[in-house]
Amino acid sequence: MGFSLAWHIVLACFGVGLPGLVLFAEWRGIRTGDVHYRLLARRWAKALGLLFAVGAVSGTIVSIEMGVLWSGLMSRWGQVIGLPFAIEGIAFFIEAIFLGIYLYGWDRLPPRVHLWSGVPIFVAGLSGAFFVVSANAWMNTPTGYTIRGGKITNVDPWAAMFNPATGPETTHMILAALMVTAFGTASVYAVAMLRGRRDRYHRLGLLMPLTAGAILTPLQIVAGDWAARGVAAHQPVKLAAMEGLAKTTKGAPEALGGIFYDGSLHYAIKIPDGLSLLTRLNPHATIAGLDSVPADDRPPLVTLVHLSFDTMVAIGFGLLALGAWLAWSWWRQREFPRTPWFLRAVAVSGLAAVVATELGWITTEVGRQPWIVYGVLRVANAVNPEPGIQYGFWAVLGIYAILTVVTVAVLRHMTRSVPVPREPQPADVESYRVT
Amino acid sequence: MTLPDAVAAVLWLGVTAYALLGGADFGAGFWDLVAGGAHRGKQQRALIEHSIGPVWEANHVWLIFVLVVMWTAFPGLFGAVSSTLWIPLTIAAFGVIARGSAFAFRKNVTALWQRQAFGAAFAASSVVTPYFLGAAAGAVASGRVPPGIGTGNAVTSWWNPVSDLTGALAVVVCAYLAAVYLTADARRSGDQELIAQFRARALVAGVAAGIIAVAGIAVLHADAPALSTGLTHRALPLVIISAAAGIIALGLLYLRLFLTARIVAALAVTAVIWGWAVAQYPYVLQSRLTISAAAATHSVLVAVLVSMAAGAVLLVPSLLWLYLIFQRTELPAGRDVAAGAGRARASG
Repeated sequence: MGFSLAWHIVLACFGVGLPGLVLFAEWRGIRTGDVHYRLLARRWAKALGLLFAVGAVSGTIVSIEMGVLWSGLMSRWGQVIGLPFAIEGIAFFIEAIFLGIYLYGWDRLPPRVHLWSGVPIFVAGLSGAFFVVSANAWMNTPTGYTIRGGKITNVDPWAAMFNPATGPETTHMILAALMVTAFGTASVYAVAMLRGRRDRYHRLGLLMPLTAGAILTPLQIVAGDWAARGVAAHQPVKLAAMEGLAKTTKGAPEALGGIFYDGSLHYAIKIPDGLSLLTRLNPHATIAGLDSVPADDRPPLVTLVHLSFDTMVAIGFGLLALGAWLAWSWWRQREFPRTPWFLRAVAVSGLAAVVATELGWITTEVGRQPWIVYGVLRVANAVNPEPGIQYGFWAVLGIYAILTVVTVAVLRHMTRSVPVPREPQPADVESYRVT
Repeated sequence: MTLPDAVAAVLWLGVTAYALLGGADFGAGFWDLVAGGAHRGKQQRALIEHSIGPVWEANHVWLIFVLVVMWTAFPGLFGAVSSTLWIPLTIAAFGVIARGSAFAFRKNVTALWQRQAFGAAFAASSVVTPYFLGAAAGAVASGRVPPGIGTGNAVTSWWNPVSDLTGALAVVVCAYLAAVYLTADARRSGDQELIAQFRARALVAGVAAGIIAVAGIAVLHADAPALSTGLTHRALPLVIISAAAGIIALGLLYLRLFLTARIVAALAVTAVIWGWAVAQYPYVLQSRLTISAAAATHSVLVAVLVSMAAGAVLLVPSLLWLYLIFQRTELPAGRDVAAGAGRARASG
């Protein structure tokens, strides 16, 4: 299931963020009449249609897997956590409807009506992301129910949905989705510019998403800090794994990198009192270590959790630096940096943002093990016991591998079969069919 | 009517919507499969693609709606069904992936062999998914899914006479609905040959559905006595309505009253689905689990109803707008006009 989700999440990021970009470009096109904006909007919209279709079906699979794989979880806890999924379903429905209207109605609706018909896509995308991530947040900080004599009673689905982790997790993921879209789109144009396409079309295609990414990244760093504090408060064992902290320590060091084996962290760069300072703003604060719970309750792959977390944060600061570089250059000369190293950095920033997102999910999901619902239900007790399920895993792996290759191939073909003209004219814009 | 019953009715409305909208969508894929070679089938495939293009994603969201309402409001039922029937559900899931992606990919490639490959994937999965979903439904209807996690047989629960019947019936009914809808769509294009082709297909599919349904009576009588009794007693009015509507729809097709045929065909399918529910009431799992026993706690059921009602307020007008825009627009021949109008608008 992790594999399906890892795949779905990349597409979902574009599903959330790309409508925003497309609408912005279309809006600028209507305001200024500039053909470059108008063409960008159309070409991005066509990519959006394809990505949304593939993302939607991958989302359907995930829903089915929830039942097929995790029958133990869903049969007992489905009623507590089902409501956000139900509301996300409505949000997704609205997205699908308005995407149909927006894409197929491009030359059929009056321009302003058309622009407005795209707004529900963006709003519904953000809402859907909020609701579905709140369900995951519940798995980390389960609330909204009472257990009496082994039975689940007093179910309050609204309290379950608005649990302590909901705020930080949803904010962090929504910003991540927007950043993946921003840096991902900018990378495409950075590559084109490195290959010599320096016209206005590619400039706008680079600057619009890159500026958005530069603005979002500092916000994401703050959101990340908020999320980490939440983990420190509610899931101390997960924080211990993220930091590779074996023993409960007063004045705990911040450990960068390193490998965890034989019960402790080796080869890490340690900043004295760093973790205590970061978490509690007090260099002498006591931070719980992995030893605060029995061995059975500790996450099994501490090195993976720790390195995933550290790498994700490193990428985050790298993107922050990239945004700052752009801001500095713009302030000095109203232009992005001339050196090819800047474009090369942007060219990899998209992939970096995707990697950071996946590493974040690995951190939070593996870090929660052995629990599927923290402190309440173990993974082993949640899974479908029917024999043969593991064959399903290999089938899913194979199918997603094929799907990835084909999606990339079709996207490339789509963009190359109608090359962007050197100096686009209104006729080029109108003849470009979005569907 | 109790609160669990009310939520069960909402769930069943979702199943009905999926059957009528998603089902027709699958059926369109079936006709794409049998449309003929690259040259002969071109007109039919163009019509199919044009008809389902804007609406197919919205049509299939109903499946997610059904899954989600089931696991929220009837978690025990969901757990039992999805654990025992994991094989047909997984195959149906793969069919959904193949279908959606192949449809999206086919539009964006130019080489003939690629269009044919994606076309084949799209069409084949349009048959596979309804078959396995139908088989899963048959498993539940014939009492082969016991309560509890993974307590039923993972293979024979969905591979048995009743499931084979319901699977086949699902495919044929989807094809039938699609053909009826496409006939009406073809009329807007004005292509007489296309209209005749789909009308013939609708008639054949309708007759096939009728034959399978009649054969089904014998199968159910032998293999699923509880359901059979329910259908012939409590649910008999609905069964009769379905049969009558089916026959009337055939007549309407013959007389070329396509729009009315559409409505009556939809009625026939709806009556079958609700007939099943009435026949089984109050059990969700035949003789073992009732609606109220399977239901979540009161607060959850209320929350589901409230959020679905709020959602409907947003969704129903939006869906109507979607269908209205694309029912009224020109078919492929008219695209030049639209582009010309766009050009005039841009320069004016």
